[in-house]
Amino acid sequence: MRTSNNSLSSRKLLIMGIFIAVGIVYIVKLFSLQVVDKHYKQLADNNALRFVTQYPARGKVFDRNGQLLVFNEAVYDLMVVPRQVIQAVRKDTLNPFDTATFCRLLEIDKASFVERMNKAKKESYLKPSPFMTQVSKENYAHIAEVLYRFPGFYFQTRTVRHYPNAIAAHTLGDIGEISPAELEKDEEGYYRQGDYIGKSGIEKSYEKELRGVKGLKVMMVDVHNREMGSFMDGELDKEPVAGKDIYLGLDADLQAYGEQLMVGKIGSIVAVEPSTGQILAFVTSPTYDPNLLVGRERGKHYKELQEDPMKPLINRAISGTYPPGSTFKTVVGLIAMQSGSITPQTVFHCNGPGSLPIKCTHHHGGAPDFANAIMNSCNPYFYESFKATINNPKFGGIREGYQYWKDMTAKMGLGHKFNTDIPYERSGNIPTKEYYDRMYKGQWNSVTIRSLGIGQGEVLVTPLQLCNIAAMIANEGYYYPPHLIKCFGDTTAIPEVMTTRVDPGIDPRYVRTMKNGLRTVFSGPAGTARRYEMKDIPQCGKTGTAQNPHGNYHSNFIAFAPADNPKIALAVIIENGGYGATWAAPIASLMIEKYIRGYSTREDLEKRMMEGRISYKNER
Amino acid sequence: MNERNSIIGRIDWVTVLIYFALVIIGWFSIFSAKYDELHPSIFDMSQVYGKQLIWIGASLLVGFIILLIDAKFFNAFSLWIYIFFLVSLLAVLVYGKATKGATSWIDLGGGIKFQPSEFAKMATALALAGYLDRLDVDLQKRKDQIIAATIVLVPMALVLAQNDTGSAIVFVSFIFVLYREGFPGAGWLMVAGVVAILLFVFTLVWSQKVMYIILGVLLVLTLTFYIVTKKKGIVRMLAVFAIAFTFVFSVDYAFNKVLQEHQRNRILVLLGQLDDPKGVGYNVHQSKIAIGSGGFAGKGFLQGTQTKYDFVPEQHTDFIFCTVGEEGGFLGTATVMLLYLGLLLRIIILAERQRSTFSRVYGYAIAGILFVHIAINIGMTIGLLPVIGIPLPFLSYGGSSMLAFTIMLAIFVKQDAYRLNVL
Repeated sequence: MRTSNNSLSSRKLLIMGIFIAVGIVYIVKLFSLQVVDKHYKQLADNNALRFVTQYPARGKVFDRNGQLLVFNEAVYDLMVVPRQVIQAVRKDTLNPFDTATFCRLLEIDKASFVERMNKAKKESYLKPSPFMTQVSKENYAHIAEVLYRFPGFYFQTRTVRHYPNAIAAHTLGDIGEISPAELEKDEEGYYRQGDYIGKSGIEKSYEKELRGVKGLKVMMVDVHNREMGSFMDGELDKEPVAGKDIYLGLDADLQAYGEQLMVGKIGSIVAVEPSTGQILAFVTSPTYDPNLLVGRERGKHYKELQEDPMKPLINRAISGTYPPGSTFKTVVGLIAMQSGSITPQTVFHCNGPGSLPIKCTHHHGGAPDFANAIMNSCNPYFYESFKATINNPKFGGIREGYQYWKDMTAKMGLGHKFNTDIPYERSGNIPTKEYYDRMYKGQWNSVTIRSLGIGQGEVLVTPLQLCNIAAMIANEGYYYPPHLIKCFGDTTAIPEVMTTRVDPGIDPRYVRTMKNGLRTVFSGPAGTARRYEMKDIPQCGKTGTAQNPHGNYHSNFIAFAPADNPKIALAVIIENGGYGATWAAPIASLMIEKYIRGYSTREDLEKRMMEGRISYKNER
Repeated sequence: MNERNSIIGRIDWVTVLIYFALVIIGWFSIFSAKYDELHPSIFDMSQVYGKQLIWIGASLLVGFIILLIDAKFFNAFSLWIYIFFLVSLLAVLVYGKATKGATSWIDLGGGIKFQPSEFAKMATALALAGYLDRLDVDLQKRKDQIIAATIVLVPMALVLAQNDTGSAIVFVSFIFVLYREGFPGAGWLMVAGVVAILLFVFTLVWSQKVMYIILGVLLVLTLTFYIVTKKKGIVRMLAVFAIAFTFVFSVDYAFNKVLQEHQRNRILVLLGQLDDPKGVGYNVHQSKIAIGSGGFAGKGFLQGTQTKYDFVPEQHTDFIFCTVGEEGGFLGTATVMLLYLGLLLRIIILAERQRSTFSRVYGYAIAGILFVHIAINIGMTIGLLPVIGIPLPFLSYGGSSMLAFTIMLAIFVKQDAYRLNVL
């Protein structure tokens, strides 16, 4: 082995010199930091820090006319730092922690105290956790007065939601304590255990905008649990940023009116403004008072609503999927015309109830053209139109023809979600050709799937999708994806998807033909909704009477008005209401009048609809 | 059997006692930093202080085994140990990609994580020592210089690729041993490194313009000095200044383009250029409050308030020195500093008395590694250096680092104990 290189041994001196020099520099620095400089000592002297989260005011929600729908109310959360409590219980014998008094003050028993304490300890031993949330104003004043006797506890102000009108519960949604699953998904790390988060409705879809940004206040606290002022002159504090206000497209009066009309019926009303896609009314029935899901009783009320056999928590406007029945003839007719399979002048023979393979429910007789067929809701006409589309030789086959038809329905917003700002939407169903391949082992044709032509069979739509069809016809061929928001309070832009016009590619000429047909549903001598015609407000509409597995027919209706310049388009579905003309059509007509005129001129009809009850035996 | 018994008499007890003192101070500091009234026993295995005891026990066991292994083993197998850890580093890179995000850990299952970068430093020291020990190796030859440099730079690059800047910086410490062994230019590099750090810091603090002015004034003064005294080497001096100007010019670019944002922020905060009390500055600020509040004699064991409220993140790992400072005061920090200094100087003295190149090189290498760890870690807690996440040897919580530093030191103690056996 080599033992040379010892000539370099003097080099150890430079290395040792560097080590020693750095050591001296550090020791001098430590001496100045620890002994000379008293500044840090003062900062730390006998002070504990309390990190108080400053919750921003959650954004308020208004309707399209500026009527307040949701605002905030102050509540107080009692927070605990477990370590400080345990220290007080163990050590501070002069000022013992009086658990019994504390429990009396909070109106809880000893077991509950221990349970809450353990939960907080599990969360964090050193950081504050909520001990009791949403203490009322009265109790707060009472407790805060003597809280200094209980080290480790302090109040944190927070706001809860309040709903002055008690309408549109599903649309507005609710907020609640963040769940472990939601905490896990929070990649930003914004939320802490005990924070509130939007659970449904716009509270969920606009959570980020509504919530604002939490602030932080670092307070010095002395041994007597008294706040001694801001730490480092507030250098570490962060002001909370208030949430944005939101204006909805909703018309609060129309919404309230719709909810009144729907009392005693199960179903939904969806109304949109065709020129923007903003939802004017979003009624689902039965509904509930949104104020029930606020405050300490939230859990209890939620459970009650959940156990209600009528399932009031479901938003049927987006989660209910229904066979559209004859309202679907609008879709079938438009696609048939656009594909060149029929023209407005095309005539199909109708034998009334004797027609095959689908009978007609009306006795209009003879051979109707398109406008007549719509007015009379002629089943054979639309079955033949559907057949003509699927079998159109230009597609080169049934499967291709069907695919074209399905693609067109998708462009019209059916069979998929709009994905705007409405959580928990459902897609509905337009079957795929592969589904029919499996179902009929490849042996199917336009006759096999004929029910689709009249909106029965596998086809399912949500009231929202149906309403969008009405809006599209009202606009003579295009629509804006239906959405809840009108604008933010600070005028930041709303997401583009909601302001992007969707054009399914149907020639406006055909849509106008359709529109004229829908006008005759009210105005024509045999129109299925002729009883609800108003002289000064020309309405267009289409009835639907849909067979379903739950009993009596669903009563369906789509409509828009005024015919020449539509301000409102809507869909109404009344579960098991019977004929479309019995419930859905008059309710739609009343909604139209209310929105355009502001009041009803048909008091008898209004009274009959509001007081009408449909008996439901089945649980749904 | 005779040899085993005599190991007690042969090992350098000064080194071993300093080691024990540091490990015990570390363990009690971790206990104090993470003290939890619900688990008041330092032996509570559910807490980090209990776990640290397990790691200390494991480290002592492994250290003892190393003392029993034949001293020649480490020289003979130095290359294989080195290759093994290079492969481990590669494995971490592959594994790290698979699990998203940079990670320097390999999960061995059962909650045990293994951090090869901690061991790679020791393996590199062994490999370099083994290489320089070969009779045919001469650091004056270009080929041998390249190989020696490669031995250090390859693991450094792999660690850097893991995004573990702190551990990569530690490899710079090999400059000390290369200087000692006569690697040409290593001394200059050492000095230039210090100057470069100063220029870098001052450029960011005072901006380029001011630096140009200062350098310009210095240049004029130097030129005047050379012209007046008619000394030789004026060209070389001009070259030095040219390099300095280029460096200052490129610092701005390097700072904004090469460094990642969190690294930039740490440096800016340290230099007082960025006001970010909730971010990095907050840690340093809290760390300084904790240490500063310790005063001369400290608040006493378990009496610290600042290190117990999660104020200082990583307070039981990278910021363990805060607890020493708060509870032990200046007496505590000075004691730890002197223990470290004593250990470093002792290793250098022992290294110099080795007969074999292997042992000497290895000794210098680990002295350098320990020095960089200590200087960076303590420097950051007292606000002298940016926040770079590397552990404080023997004090910080963590199995890999405790085990790696113990093995590192034990190998040297073993080499030293059998230095006379080398012919």
